Amino acid sequence: MLESYYPIFLMLGIAVLFSVVMLKASTLFGPKRPTDEKYTTYESGMEPVGQARDRFSVKFYMVGVLFILFDIELVFLFPYAVNFYELGLFGFVVIWIFLAIQLIGFIYEWKKGALEWD
Amino acid sequence: MKTDYTPDTSKSKIYEALIDQYTSIESDDPLGSDMVLNFGPQHPATHGVLRLLLRLDGERIIGCVPEVGYLHRGYEKLAENMTYHEYIPHTDRLDYLSPLANNMAYALAVERLAGIEVPPRAQYIRTICSELARISSHLMATGSMAMDVGALTVLLWTFREREKLYDIFEVLTGARFTTSYSRIGGVAQDLTADVEKMIHEFLDYLPEAIHECERLLNRNRIFVERCDGIGIINGDDAIAYGLTGPNLRGSGVGRDLRRDRPYFVYPELDFDVITHEGGDSLARYYVRLDEMYESVKIVRQCLDKIPEGEIHANKPKKVLPRKERVYTRMEEMIHDFMLVNFGIDPPAGEVYSAVENPKGELGFYIQSKGGGVPWRLKIRSPSFVNIHALPHMLKGVMVSDVVAVIGSLDPVMGEADK
Amino acid sequence: MIETLLIAFIKIVIVLLVLLTAVAYSVYAERRISAFIQDRLGPNRVGPFGLLQPIADVVKLVFKEAIVPRNANKPLHDLAPVISLTVALATFAVIPFGNTITLFGEEVKLIIADVNIGVLYILAFSSISVYGIALAGWSSNNKYSLMGSLRSSAQMVSYELSLGLAVVGVIMVTGSLRLDQVVMNQTNYLFGVLPAWNCFVQPIGFITFVVAAFAETNRQPFDLPEAEPELVGGFHTEYTGLKFGLFFLAEYAHMIVASAIITTLYLGGWHLPYIDMIDVSPMLMSIIGILTFVIKVTLVLLFMIVIRWTIPRFRYDQLMGLGWKVMFPMALLNIFITGLILLLLQ
Repeated sequence: MLESYYPIFLMLGIAVLFSVVMLKASTLFGPKRPTDEKYTTYESGMEPVGQARDRFSVKFYMVGVLFILFDIELVFLFPYAVNFYELGLFGFVVIWIFLAIQLIGFIYEWKKGALEWD
Repeated sequence: MKTDYTPDTSKSKIYEALIDQYTSIESDDPLGSDMVLNFGPQHPATHGVLRLLLRLDGERIIGCVPEVGYLHRGYEKLAENMTYHEYIPHTDRLDYLSPLANNMAYALAVERLAGIEVPPRAQYIRTICSELARISSHLMATGSMAMDVGALTVLLWTFREREKLYDIFEVLTGARFTTSYSRIGGVAQDLTADVEKMIHEFLDYLPEAIHECERLLNRNRIFVERCDGIGIINGDDAIAYGLTGPNLRGSGVGRDLRRDRPYFVYPELDFDVITHEGGDSLARYYVRLDEMYESVKIVRQCLDKIPEGEIHANKPKKVLPRKERVYTRMEEMIHDFMLVNFGIDPPAGEVYSAVENPKGELGFYIQSKGGGVPWRLKIRSPSFVNIHALPHMLKGVMVSDVVAVIGSLDPVMGEADK
Repeated sequence: MIETLLIAFIKIVIVLLVLLTAVAYSVYAERRISAFIQDRLGPNRVGPFGLLQPIADVVKLVFKEAIVPRNANKPLHDLAPVISLTVALATFAVIPFGNTITLFGEEVKLIIADVNIGVLYILAFSSISVYGIALAGWSSNNKYSLMGSLRSSAQMVSYELSLGLAVVGVIMVTGSLRLDQVVMNQTNYLFGVLPAWNCFVQPIGFITFVVAAFAETNRQPFDLPEAEPELVGGFHTEYTGLKFGLFFLAEYAHMIVASAIITTLYLGGWHLPYIDMIDVSPMLMSIIGILTFVIKVTLVLLFMIVIRWTIPRFRYDQLMGLGWKVMFPMALLNIFITGLILLLLQ
């Protein structure tokens, strides 16, 4: 069973090797002429105002929270989809009861304005 | 090399202006998650070296302070040390997308100061040049605005058309970019039949080319939604900020110096002043598109009506004589010597002369105390004034909209920084 | 055991070589096509028709100085492009690029890893690819990069939902997570004439999937993470030399892989319709299969390129709005309709 995954590991290994070789090639062959300005981060040619690693807006996290909710729903759908024919009408009704509950949550979110991205 | 390098920019004036300007109870930042970002001067979308200091909450803009002056070359001061003629090439470098129009505007100002009447043929040529420059500038504005929104192809298409215009300029003026075509009291060379033919060919094809770009953008939902309702400024605010040109007409105010304070031969021509309600980026984009069609109309009428005749005013003490005469005749040689070395010597006094440039009202205020050089020359550059409306327009929009709004405002930093 | 690994190794080397060449030339193709669209010439100086341009580009990048900003997190800064490219290349492992081919008396399946959960593997790897961009943006300690990576994280997780939900429809039709099964299922005919490709069977799912795939590969109109006008270079602003090259390769590798996935899931994979009605030798059949696959992938790729040079870019709120308010309900609707029709047909 697991045997079929060996080529994937092989492929991953080769891909990583290739990437690392390319990564090193640049540092090996490229010139090295460091200057103070060259090693500052780019901010439109001005001295950066503060750091980029300060706290940033909480709004971006909302997406993450929403994603987790519905990704779990997705995970439940896969096994169902594979066994769709076996489960028949019963399975279809049950999964849509499950989805309906999720959908209520989705509509609630929409109405609450969680999907207004600003 | 220092390892941990955090320059202290919080002391700078512009930073303080940004923080002070928008700190209120509502927009105060309890979570400390606001980000202050330098947008420009070395940035691909700020049309040169405009710098905006932005204060962001996520993707939304809370505050904005523009800073100009990175391209300042001191053109107003330079004018005080050179004769009126010598200054003409410098006007090329103001709004470098429409040098021809700047040349004409400056020559007109000096003529009004010195009381020179330009013969009709030269007037017509000047009108044609101004309108061709307007088309060139608006093509660029449309293309770069589309590029800022992400449609790179339109930019290249408008460049293709501008290339044809540059070919015309090359034959007409001898230079493609920095034309320096006007002379005080006329224009440098006559409009030949070749050029007329080229202009006709260009005008025949241009509406089709513009229409091609329109087809790519006007009904493209992404483009329209990116621009619709973004960077709104209503008519009253636009007047209060001193906006002029397409930016003002995009807010529904029908002010156009070509009609309201006529110059050249505009009173004899039939054209509409384009206005669009809305005051958003989309309206300004539409104004520019439609103005190009109007310009085509104007140039066509000029080409039909243009009379034969002189292209220089008959004022030997003010107007540079033709070169071949300078070499062959005594009188002209003396005049040439006097004009080049001591200038045109207009009467003492002052004049403010404004024309409708592609970007808006370009005004030259010249104060003369007699003699060959202006005592003071002030340029009222439209881009400089337009940029000041940016904080107003950018309040509450998103980062992506900044570029769309700047694009729709169409500033040229050569002009704004002078 | 050793033998299977050896065969796998040979297949991997061949596939990687073809893939990387294809990546290099899709860059070239993109530049030529964009030039054609924009009335320019495009690269035409290096070699005949500029065909050696990709090589020149790589050589140039190799000899560029590798700069890491001093405030950056160096290990993560190095790791990010590696993740991006590795993920893009490794996704190809489960895509069947042909049926079977008999070489030296041995029947070889034209797929690198014939796993039974191919669809899940693809979805899993497309989720990992967000790390490359997110880490690149964060480790650079540059505000433009950070915003680029925040945008891309938000965008990718949002569209991943639609991507996954669209695939559910395909799985329902196929009844298996194996990709070769998905292709096999598409070799039938609808009403006896129309090839039973999933794009005809599942039009809504197909549209949803293609749009989501565009978003996952950060292509125009969804290329917000690297939107040049506002974010300069986005997440790769602080990358130079071959490290930048890795991101560049990864972007195009992602494109090719996405085209391959679209081909496999919706456009019948390696199957050329009506070819089974005429009698051809099995060897020729295998080669035709591979060629069909390559041509289909190329066509999808060209579609992606033409789209990029035709339409503008979304704004962040429009993008998220489209993802959550249009694509997500549409994908759910697709599941509902598919289920209903399949039940009625049963």
